[in-house]
Formats: sequence, structure tokens, C-alpha cells
Amino acid sequence: MNEGDSKGNKVERKTIDIVHQGLAKRYRAERRFRLYGLTAILIGLLCLVILFISIVGNGYKAFQQTYLELEVFFDPALLDQHNLSTADYTGLVKSNLRTMFPEVRGRSDKRQLYKLISPGGAFQLRKMVLRDPDIIGRNISVWVPADDDVDMLMKGHFKADVAESSRRLSDKQLAWIEQLKEQGKIRKKFNKTFFTAGDSREPELAGIWGAAVGSFFALLVTLLLSFPIGVAAAVYLEEFAPKNRWTDLIEVNINNLAAVPSIVFGLLGLAVFLNFFGFPRSAPLVGGLVLTLMTLPTIIIASRAALQSVPPSIREGALGVGASKMQMVVHHVLPLALPGMLTGTIIGMARALGETAPLLMIGMVAFIVDIPGGLTDPSTVLPVQIYLWADSPERAFVERTSAAIMVLLVFLMLMNAAAIVLRRKFEKRW
Amino acid sequence: MSPATILMALLILSSAAYYLGRRRAFAVASKTGGIRYLHSRPTYYGALTALWCGIPALLLFGLWFGLEDKIITNLVVADLPQAIRGLPDNRLNLVVNDIKNLVSGNIVAGEVTATIQAAAEHYRNLKTTSNAALAVGMLSLGIVGTVVVRSRISSTLRARNLVEQLLKYLLIACSCLAILTTIGIVLSVLYESLRFFEAVSITDFLFGLEWSPQMAIRADQVGSSGAFGVIPVFSGTLLISAIAMLVAVPIGLMSAIYLAEYANKQFRDVAKPLLEILAGIPTVVYGFFAAITVAPFVRNVGSTLGFDVSSESALAAGLVMGVMIIPFVSSLSDDVINAVPQALRDGAYSLGATRSETIKQVVLPAALPGIVGSILLAVSRAIGETMIVVMAAGLSANLTLNPFKTVTTVTVQIVTLLIGDQEFDSPKTLAAFALGLVLFIVTLFLNVIALKVVRRYREQYE
Repeated sequence: MNEGDSKGNKVERKTIDIVHQGLAKRYRAERRFRLYGLTAILIGLLCLVILFISIVGNGYKAFQQTYLELEVFFDPALLDQHNLSTADYTGLVKSNLRTMFPEVRGRSDKRQLYKLISPGGAFQLRKMVLRDPDIIGRNISVWVPADDDVDMLMKGHFKADVAESSRRLSDKQLAWIEQLKEQGKIRKKFNKTFFTAGDSREPELAGIWGAAVGSFFALLVTLLLSFPIGVAAAVYLEEFAPKNRWTDLIEVNINNLAAVPSIVFGLLGLAVFLNFFGFPRSAPLVGGLVLTLMTLPTIIIASRAALQSVPPSIREGALGVGASKMQMVVHHVLPLALPGMLTGTIIGMARALGETAPLLMIGMVAFIVDIPGGLTDPSTVLPVQIYLWADSPERAFVERTSAAIMVLLVFLMLMNAAAIVLRRKFEKRW
Repeated sequence: MSPATILMALLILSSAAYYLGRRRAFAVASKTGGIRYLHSRPTYYGALTALWCGIPALLLFGLWFGLEDKIITNLVVADLPQAIRGLPDNRLNLVVNDIKNLVSGNIVAGEVTATIQAAAEHYRNLKTTSNAALAVGMLSLGIVGTVVVRSRISSTLRARNLVEQLLKYLLIACSCLAILTTIGIVLSVLYESLRFFEAVSITDFLFGLEWSPQMAIRADQVGSSGAFGVIPVFSGTLLISAIAMLVAVPIGLMSAIYLAEYANKQFRDVAKPLLEILAGIPTVVYGFFAAITVAPFVRNVGSTLGFDVSSESALAAGLVMGVMIIPFVSSLSDDVINAVPQALRDGAYSLGATRSETIKQVVLPAALPGIVGSILLAVSRAIGETMIVVMAAGLSANLTLNPFKTVTTVTVQIVTLLIGDQEFDSPKTLAAFALGLVLFIVTLFLNVIALKVVRRYREQYE
């Protein structure tokens, strides 16, 4: 380590000394580098955790909804026996509210009172009467959905202790809600509407069922088209295609299509399916076609990988006992490659389920209340519904958007879990 | 008959054809002394009959389905009174839309006159006729195919070879769909873009500094002159992508290095799938996350530090996009790093290098082409990403490099220009296709280069 001895004679400096000198520093650098790597992974995982916490934290309350208990007197004077479907049910709700709060006088006060209840209350009474007209003239206690502002207050998203002008509910409304609370006539219950209704402008009446059915139809089209076509293309390219320019071109094409931005597929769908072929706008059929074109490359690539993993000895064995090439593929190679192909297909389907941008282009963003009944009915899909709700100004829609995201994520997880199980169960190492 | 019923009928017919063909084969065989005297097994005769029953009819169905609407519309328009037919194209389109809406029972925009009502009736009649004609055509094609093939079944008919030949053509057709898709994309986008460039010159588009695609409906409207300079839109796209890459490349690359070189198997088995969850989350979820959680957070942090941060800042969108791309970079780089031969590492270790020195001076340089390729792919994904920016970035096209300001991107503009109902020949909507063309070319360029680099790199070590 010493540069020289006391007399100034140079002592030969050995390489090992230099190495030792730098060793501590090098080890520090080593530890630092390792730490960077670990930090990077932890940051990634942290982002995942924050994302999930933020979504769940925003949305878990949407699975409950505030309901008010009304003592409804189905007044025969208001309900015309011959015209039950168009009777004034809103009036019925209002008159019953007035009997609950007899002290409320004056127009604006009454209007505030009516605002506590969602317009869905009237529909609910209508449904009850139409199902069983005998209830007319009787007193029945009914739980009807509260307005979204009341709902937000009950869930603690609105604070009651700020100035009246800066909240959505007036002092009087708060007092009435207090009164209802004391009587036990306001309560949070499981939000069934969220899972059974279509879209609505009123958050308390909006549900994801319409979008879920739309997603189902679109994915059905996608699956029916992309799986057979994808498998067929992969079989041709892997087993039959001669190695020439043409097949090279197809291969490059497929790899490129897998990386083309999804919105470009939307432009294709708009120009070709809607404008050239004149297919209906907003239809799951067109959505499915666009998603098919988008997922095909994924499925083809996965299927080819599955075919490649089947050992050549299987093929040689089949050919050796006299099978034709097509028989060899259909009887021996395909069954062995099928689990891998299915795994790839499920993953492709999961991607298609979460895809939004191309569907915006073909008009699946419309506001659609009805549950679609077929492939050409106007409809929307789950991710687009999320996008639409995320754009709505009402506070209650933030909650519902997050809840819809949770539902979507659950579906995606189920699909991916199915793919993993399939792979674990059928994967063969040759 | 609805298309679905027709298809069902065809399916039943082909099953019947299969059965008929197979039975015929047995009948022929019994005359010649047993099925071993047939060229192929009886099922192949059945399959051949079924294929010839189904495929021509399906082709007819596809052709009909594609062209039906065009032909019917033209027929209906030809029957309209001269006064309406003489209208300019865009007005005529509105009338046609009204008629179609009336037919499908939707709400009609214009007023419903007797002529339109009659035209709708005409349309409906033609549609019914066409459906009936299609059904008759398809089923008779199927029956003819069945009868012809069945009559030709004999012990020397090479049914297996014929079926396999047909199947092979089917396979070829399926694999050509990829090429058709690419051609479709190029043609549709190019065609509309060319129409756009008739209205706006290509140099104005590529080098203009102002983007405000509002076209006037009346001539005297404020801001009537649309400006279609794409530079600010590009700069916004690049800014957001650059922020995303600044997040994704270091984190993704370091994760890949740690996973490939340091982590033990247990850690790897847990961390890798967890990271890949990030890639499986739909982009609309990231968009919501960016708009609801990240953007307000960035804004608050910015204002406490004394910056003026817009609520739709490029920073928020870029950060979230970066998070989305992390697993993309990390899994691609992971593969690339794992492909570096162990011998190179062993050589470095034997010279006394530490692990990090080996990685920095041996592994990374060896893996560099592959890493560059994966980063290029990630850039192309960032440029084409839509939902995050639609939900979290703004609409106003500012020419700025300040990440706290609002910028817009190519994909945001495409979406805003094309959402909702619009007439299809104003420069405003055509501009979306021009943007789409540019987007397609840029990403295609990046992808081709990246795939080439990655492929060459793989071949190097195989």
C-alpha cells in the first residue's frame, strides 16, 4: 500500500494492491446498482398498488345505494283503471311525500322535498301496479331509490358542515334527511340496479348490464371469427407454407399488425364497414369485426408458437404410418397444440374486452338505455361505458365508474386465470 | 328471412349434404364390394358434398351482405322525385339518412314528408325482396352443389385429395386476411386523406404551426377559417411520449436487469407476473386513474412548489402512460438480456469483474440492439396510445415544451374529430384520416425498424 519506504526507495506496487484499493468502492457501486434494480421493481409494484387502492377506494361504495321508505297509498283517484301504464306515478310519489311531511308548504319547499327521491321511484311504483293491479287502494310500504345527491351525502362524499350555497343540498333537505334517519326510513341497501339496468342520466338508475351484454355480443362475434381464422392462418404458415417471398410478406405483415395502434383499426372500421358496406352504427356486429381484425395477429402469433412446440417426431410418426399431410395436422398436431392456442385466444379476448379506442370510432359511444337484444342493436361495451361515465360531471358517477372498472377487472382476471389454469393443466414439456 | 336464419338454414342444409354424400358413398361401395374399394373413407365423400354445398352459398352471402345496402340505396335514390335527386351531395345524404332512420324506426332529424315516407316504404320493400332473393339464391346454390357432387360420387372419385385441397385453399385465404387488413387500412386511410389534401395543401398540413379544425357552418361565423397545421399536435404527442419514456425506460430496464441477473427464482416468479398485470389493465382504466387521481395530485404538488400546473397537464398523462409501458419495456428487455450467452458473463467474472460491472460492460452492450428494438416498440406504443390522453390530456393545441401546460396529441384529435354523428366530407372529419395516415406511417416505420433490429439480434446469438 505504501508509495515508498522511509529512504525514498520505490517499492514495487503490485496489481493486487490496486485491486484491493478500489475494492471497497467497487463493492459499493455493486450494492448501489443492485438497489437501483430493486427500487425499480418496487416502484412498478407500488404504482400497481396505488392504482388498485385508488380504484377500489373510489368505487367500493357504489355497490350500495341509499333507499327511502315510502308509505305509499295507491290512490284510486290518481290511478285510472283503464290506463294504468300511463297514469301519473310521479304525482303518486309526490302526494305520498307530502303526506309524510305534512308541514311542508310553499312551492319551492315542495320542489326541494320531491328532489329527495329519484325519478326511478315513479317507475318502480308503475311496475308494481302493472304487475298486480289489486294493490290499488291499499297502503304499502315501499323502498324507493333516493336521489344521487342524498346518496352521496349518506356515503359521506358531501360534507354537511359547509355553507349552504356550496353544497348540493339545502338546510331544509338536510333536516328532512335527519328526520328520516331518526325514523329509520332511510337506509343503504345492496345496489341491484347497478347490475341489472342499462345506462341512465341519473346515477342512481344507471347500471352496467346493457354495456355488459354489448360486450358479450361483440366478443362473441370476435371469438367466432378470430379463433377459426387465426388457427387456420397459423396452421397454414407453420405447416404448409413454402418458404418464399409471399409467406415472408405475410409474416412481416402479421408482426406489424400486432403493433399497429388500435385506433387505426377504428379508422379502418369506420371507412370500410360503416361507410363502404353500410353496416349499422353502434352495432356489436361491427365492433366485433373490428376487434377481430385487431386480435387476429395476437392469436396467430400464439397459435404458431403452440404449433412450433409440438415435436417433429409426432409429425414424422403420423406421416410414417401413411397419414396425408392434412390428416397429420388435423389428427395429431392440432390436438396437441390446442391448449396453447386456446391460451393465446383467451389472452387475445381479454385484450379485446378492455379495448376502447377503435370502438369510439364506429359509434359505440352513444347513450343507450335499452339492453341490446341482438348483434345489430345499438349498444355500447363495458370500457366505453366507463369512458362515458368518467366524462359525466355528477359526483355519483365517479363512484359508479370505479365500480364498473372493478367489474371489468374481475372479468379480465377471470379470463387470465383461465388461461393460466389451461396452460398449467395441459402444458407438456417434450 | 333474417340473415341469421338464412345461415342457420344453410348449416342444416350442409349437415344434410354431409349425410347424403356419406350415404351415397356407402351405397356405391356396397355395389362394388365393400368400402375398401372406395378411394377414400366415406366421411370424405360426405365432407366434400357438405363443402360444395356450404362454401359457394357463403361466398354469395358475403358478397350480397357487402353490396346490398349500396344497391338498394341507389335504387331508392333513383326513384326519388327530381327535386330531391337534384340536391347537392351532402343534402342528398341527409335525406338518405332520414329514410334509413325511418326504416329502422329511429328518430328522424328532418321532417317526414309523404315522399320520404314513400321512399322508406320502397326501401323496406326492396330490403324484404333482397332478403328473400338471397335466401332463395343461397339455398338453391347449396342444393345444386349437393346434387352435383352427390351424382359424381363413385369409387374412383378422389374425395380425400379434393377435400384436402379445398381445406388448403381455405387456410391460404385465412392467412391472406392479414395482408387484406393492411391493404384495407392503407387504402381507406389514404383515400380519405387524399380527399383532405384536395381541400388543404399538404405543406400547410405538415408544416403549419396552428391547429384549430373548426370549420364554419355559415360564412360569417367567428373563427370560420379552420387551420390544419399539424406541428403543435405532433409536438404534444412527442412531449407526452417523451415523458412516458423517461418514466418507463429507466424503471423498465432496471427491473429487467434485476429480474434477469439478481433475483432468485422465487422473487422472479412473484414479481414478474405482478409487473405484467400492469400491461393487462385496460387503457381506459389508466385514463380514469390519470384524470381522477394523478392529475389533481400533480396539480397540487405543482402549486405548493410554486408552478402553475394546468389540470390537464402533459405531465400527468405522460406519467401514467409511462407506468403503463413499464412492463412492456421490462418483459421485452428481460427476454433480450436472458438471450445473452452465459459464456460472456463467465468470461467477465473470471477476469474479476463484479456483477454490476459485468452487466454494465458486457451484458448490456451485447444486448443493446435488442434493448433499442424494445424501446422503439415502446415508443410506437406510446405514440399510438389513445384512451389515457383522451381522458387526461387536453384538446387545445399548444406549441410548447412545458410539461405543466396542456397539450394535445394526434390520437386525441382523431377521436374528437370523429366522435358522434358527422357528415363525411368536411375537411374537419377528413383531417382525422390524414392524422391517422401520419400515425400509421410513423408507427409502421418504428415497428419495422424495431422488429428488424430484434430479429437480427436474435439470429446473432442463436
